[in-house]
Amino acid sequence: MSDQPQKGGYIKQAWLVLLLALCYGAALAGVQTALGPIIEENKKREINSQVPILVGVDPETTDVEKVEVTGKDDKTKAVYVAKTKDGELLGWVIRASGQGFADRIEILLGLSADLKTITGLYVLDQKETPGLGDKIRSDSERDEEGNIVAMSYRDMYIGKSTGEPITIVKRTPEEGTNQIEAITAATVSSDKVADIVNSAIDNLGDALDAKRTELSAPQANN
Amino acid sequence: MANIEPTAMERFINGVLPENPVYRQLLGMCPILAVTGSMATAMTMAGATAFVLIMANLIVSIIRGLLKPHLRILVFTLTIATFVTIADRALQAFLYDLSKELGPYIPLIIVNCLIISRCEICASKQGPHIALMDAFGMSLGFALALASLATVREVLGNGTWFGLTVMPDWWTNWGIMVLPPGAFLGLGLLLGLVEWMQMVRAKKEN
Repeated sequence: MSDQPQKGGYIKQAWLVLLLALCYGAALAGVQTALGPIIEENKKREINSQVPILVGVDPETTDVEKVEVTGKDDKTKAVYVAKTKDGELLGWVIRASGQGFADRIEILLGLSADLKTITGLYVLDQKETPGLGDKIRSDSERDEEGNIVAMSYRDMYIGKSTGEPITIVKRTPEEGTNQIEAITAATVSSDKVADIVNSAIDNLGDALDAKRTELSAPQANN
Repeated sequence: MANIEPTAMERFINGVLPENPVYRQLLGMCPILAVTGSMATAMTMAGATAFVLIMANLIVSIIRGLLKPHLRILVFTLTIATFVTIADRALQAFLYDLSKELGPYIPLIIVNCLIISRCEICASKQGPHIALMDAFGMSLGFALALASLATVREVLGNGTWFGLTVMPDWWTNWGIMVLPPGAFLGLGLLLGLVEWMQMVRAKKEN
C-alpha cells in the first residue's frame, strides 16, 4: 500500500472514481427519464383527489379544472378550480413550494371561491425531521364522533384570511388575527410553511382575482 | 498471514442468524426503529435495502481489482448512493403511497452501516459469487429482524398484521408499541432474547 499518491499522477489514482461517477450519472439520468413521468402521474393523481377535500366539497358533485395563471414573478403556474356541474365556482387550489428546514416543501393550498379565505392546506412533499418537523403534514386528532380533540398545524390554516400574511407565534394565538401557533420543537418548519403560503398568495393573488372575474362572467351553456 | 476465507454458503448462513446484522452486529438500528410500525413499511424497507446491498456487493466485487486503498470508501459510497437513488425513484413510481409513508428513510439507506461494512469486509476481497451470497444472507437476516420487530409492534399496537385484523375483539391496542418508546422497548427485549438464545447454544456446545 503506497503512502503518498505520486505527484502529477492524480488521474492515474482517481480514474476509476471519475469513470464510475460518469457511468452512475448516466444511469441515474436514464432512470429519471424513464420514471420521471410515472412519478409526475402519481403526484397528479394525489392532487386531483385532494382538491375537493381542500375546498371542502363533495368529490362526486364537483368538477376540477386546471387553468393557468401568471404570477408577479412572471412564471405561469397551473391552478385548480373546483366547480359544480353547472359551472358555479366553489374554490381554488394552488400548488406552491419553497425551502423548508431540511429540504423543499411542496404544498397544496385551498382557497374559497371569493379568494378571501383559506379553506385547507395539504403537504404534498417534505423531508423534515420525523416526529418533529414532519408534524406539518399531521391530521387533527379526532374522537369517535369525528370531533376535533387536538387541532393539527395544517388545519389551523382553515378559516384564515388571505388579506394579511400568516404569522407564526410561539404562544396561543390571539383570536381573530392571522396568527398560528408553531409546532413545538419545529419552529423553523412551521415558519417555512407559513412563508410558502404567504408568498404563494402574494404572488398569485392578483392573477387569481383576474381569473375569477373571467370565469364568473356569464358563459354560454354547453 | 494465511487466511481461510469463508465460503459462499458460510457467508449466506452467517448473515441470517449467527452474524445477523441487527441482532448480532447491531447495525442498521435506526431504520429498524423507524419503519417497523407496520409490516408493510418494514418489508418495503427490507426490499429496498436488499436491492442496494446485492447490487453494491456485486459491483464492488467485480471491480475489486481496480480499487485504490485510499479511495475505496469513496467508491463504495458512490455505488451505494447511486443504487439507493434508483430504489427511491422506483418506489416513488410504483409504490407511491408507501414511499410517502417511509419518507426520508429510503434515502437514509445510504448511511446504513450494514451495506458499507459488507462492501469492506466481503465484496472488496472476494469474488462476485461469494459476495452475492453474502448479500443475500445479510438481506435475509435484515428482513428477519425487521419482520420480527414489525410483527410485535403491529400486532400488539394495532391488532393487525399486514393490515389484516388478527387480534380478537376484546383486545385493546397497546398504543405505545406503534410509537418510538415501543420500538425501543421491543428491540431491546428482542435483542435480549437473541442473546439468551446464543448463550444457551454456546453452553450446549461446551
